[in-house]
Amino acid sequence: MDLDLSPADEAFRAEARAWLDEHVPAVPPPSLETAEGFAAHRVWEAELAADRWSVVSWPAEYGGRDADLVRWLVFEEEYHAAGAPGRVGQNGVSLLAPTLFEHGTAEQRARVLPSMATGEVVWAQAWSEPEAGSDLASLRSRAVRTDGGWLLRGHKTWSSRAAFADRAFGLFRSEPGLEKPHRGLTYLMFDLRAPGVTVRPIGRLDGRPAFAELFLDDVFVPDEDVIGEPGQGWRVAMSTAGNERGLTLRSPGRFLAAADRLAALWRDRGDPSDTALRERVADAVIGARAYQLFTYAHASRLLEGEGIGSESSLNKVFWSELDLALHETALDLLGAGGESADGAWCEGYVFALAGPVYAGTNEIQRDIIAERLLGLPKGRR
Amino acid sequence: MRFLLDTEQRAFAASLDAMLGSADTPAAVRAWAGGDHVPGRALWSRLAEAGVFALAVPEAYEGLGPLPVDLAVAFVELGRHAVPGPVVETVAAAALLGGLSALGEPGPAERLLPDLASGKSPATLLLPDPAESSPRSGTADPAALSGGHALDADAAAVSLVVDGDGLWLAAGHGPVRASLDPARRLARPDSGGELLAAGPGVARAALRALAWARLATAAQALGVGLALLGRTVEYAGRRTQFGVPVASFQAVKHRLADALIALEFARPLLFGAALSMAPADVAAAKVTACEAAYGTARTALQLHGAIGYTAEYDLSLWFTKARALRSAWGTPAVCRAEALAGLSGGGRPRS
Repeated sequence: MDLDLSPADEAFRAEARAWLDEHVPAVPPPSLETAEGFAAHRVWEAELAADRWSVVSWPAEYGGRDADLVRWLVFEEEYHAAGAPGRVGQNGVSLLAPTLFEHGTAEQRARVLPSMATGEVVWAQAWSEPEAGSDLASLRSRAVRTDGGWLLRGHKTWSSRAAFADRAFGLFRSEPGLEKPHRGLTYLMFDLRAPGVTVRPIGRLDGRPAFAELFLDDVFVPDEDVIGEPGQGWRVAMSTAGNERGLTLRSPGRFLAAADRLAALWRDRGDPSDTALRERVADAVIGARAYQLFTYAHASRLLEGEGIGSESSLNKVFWSELDLALHETALDLLGAGGESADGAWCEGYVFALAGPVYAGTNEIQRDIIAERLLGLPKGRR
Repeated sequence: MRFLLDTEQRAFAASLDAMLGSADTPAAVRAWAGGDHVPGRALWSRLAEAGVFALAVPEAYEGLGPLPVDLAVAFVELGRHAVPGPVVETVAAAALLGGLSALGEPGPAERLLPDLASGKSPATLLLPDPAESSPRSGTADPAALSGGHALDADAAAVSLVVDGDGLWLAAGHGPVRASLDPARRLARPDSGGELLAAGPGVARAALRALAWARLATAAQALGVGLALLGRTVEYAGRRTQFGVPVASFQAVKHRLADALIALEFARPLLFGAALSMAPADVAAAKVTACEAAYGTARTALQLHGAIGYTAEYDLSLWFTKARALRSAWGTPAVCRAEALAGLSGGGRPRS
């Protein structure tokens, strides 16, 4: 058992740090949940991609560096410690790309991945529907067979980044009326500017359009944009969901950097006699370290060939609650100034509030933990 | 990097688990609580044969160590089976003597360590209060570290007391007081006795002993928590009300899920601390494992209902230990303060 990086991994860290020191903008771009900020974040993605830093874990042929999990974790630590901008392409990179690597065709990968890596095409997810949230398999949006492809009909919602994104991916019911709701679903990619698509941005808690509703009225999707076999969409999507909940979307680097900033804020502004607040700061710092080490252990197992299992539900509950605790503690530390909406802590707080809800609510995660990890009997939800 | 136990370490854990599982450990715990050390000492000898105490003892003194990762592996199993006796204190005493030897004072180590390693001499230890050992915390209760007692001094063959710059071998102990955990017996070593060593090295060695004590306590607490969770999962799956197992109710499931999350995130802190033995890492592991274990104990008590609230039901052996360990060798407040003072993000080493 060890936590030592190889000389090659240390060299990779040094290279990443040097690049970031030189390129991270001194003034952060505007919030990516605005039109102006979205455009600025695309420019940043292009800058990253130009030196192959936008998708380090991908194969070189698609713009990556073939980084293994340890190197990816190292990169993320450096990225967030450097205070680099949020990743506008995250939905595509973390959710769609792993699905394409696992279930896509070579043609799809060659067509989709390079423009994703540069931020030229930004992807939104289209999972939830007004009547299908935690019970995603009850979704009703249809994919109807037509010449050379499919026609999408229905209503998707809570689609992150869709207000400004270019394309989207999601699940549609291609064979209605089957006995089991998980059957007869198809995983498709579609253009958010195609005829028949209406995007209605939704303001999140602070009013910024972080997600959108999608109204789909006979939107044509060619066969080449189906991922995996028609009807097998649930199985295809679940590999993506495992990624979203588990390692790839929430790297420890983000929480470690936030915990460092919180500890610095405590040293600068904390009232030493406020021991209750000091305990919360300590718990946040310890929690970030615990998440980092848990992830190293998880990565070590994956590198030995084990898959991502239900353990990712432990991750999801932990990081989402840690993220919220970190930001709530910072706002309390800032005192009356904490409500100032233009601060990084406030923006981070609003972002963190969504964590326990998206990617499978924490209640669903606890059900999964109880039933699949502890072996407790199923009951009514 | 490979942050996983190796095959041998896993086999070591499994063999200790099997040995303690077949040794009627609960009976030894209850005997120990009543002042009968015979079954507990028999268990102690078997643990020593398996090499548990030697892990804290350098090879020069007939030990196998120091091997903090393996020690943590062993102490998780000791906690899982609620093993009685001054197990943590023996390890801490060994770390102190080994530390003194490394600082150029080998006499006490030569004399005492081989018998600690072999299991012949269970040891206990009283360190000065944490206000001296962790000056940064600023909030330490003078009695928080040990309450002025040395655990199981009545059963220990060696009672060490650090008093300022002096290390003493106590000749006896005061009256035995009961603990909330009946298997923990509290007594104050008599002052004076034989002076084993003196000088600034004693205080430095005492800090090393404190780190080992916290690491072993963290591991023990994790094991206690895992046992409480396992027993509660089993009970809630078996106990039926309203015609179904109570474990099928979401309110029950979610409490158990939260207990597992807390324990599984304490585990990497424990082994990370064992690798570095840095005081902040050890303090973080100690507070996190003890909080996780105690939270699990509360869940276990609640989900067992009234049967869990009885002394005759074995759950009490773990519940009371979880409570006692939480305050032993550094309260949550002291450990949080040390962790905050010393932990950085870790990803970007500080220059």
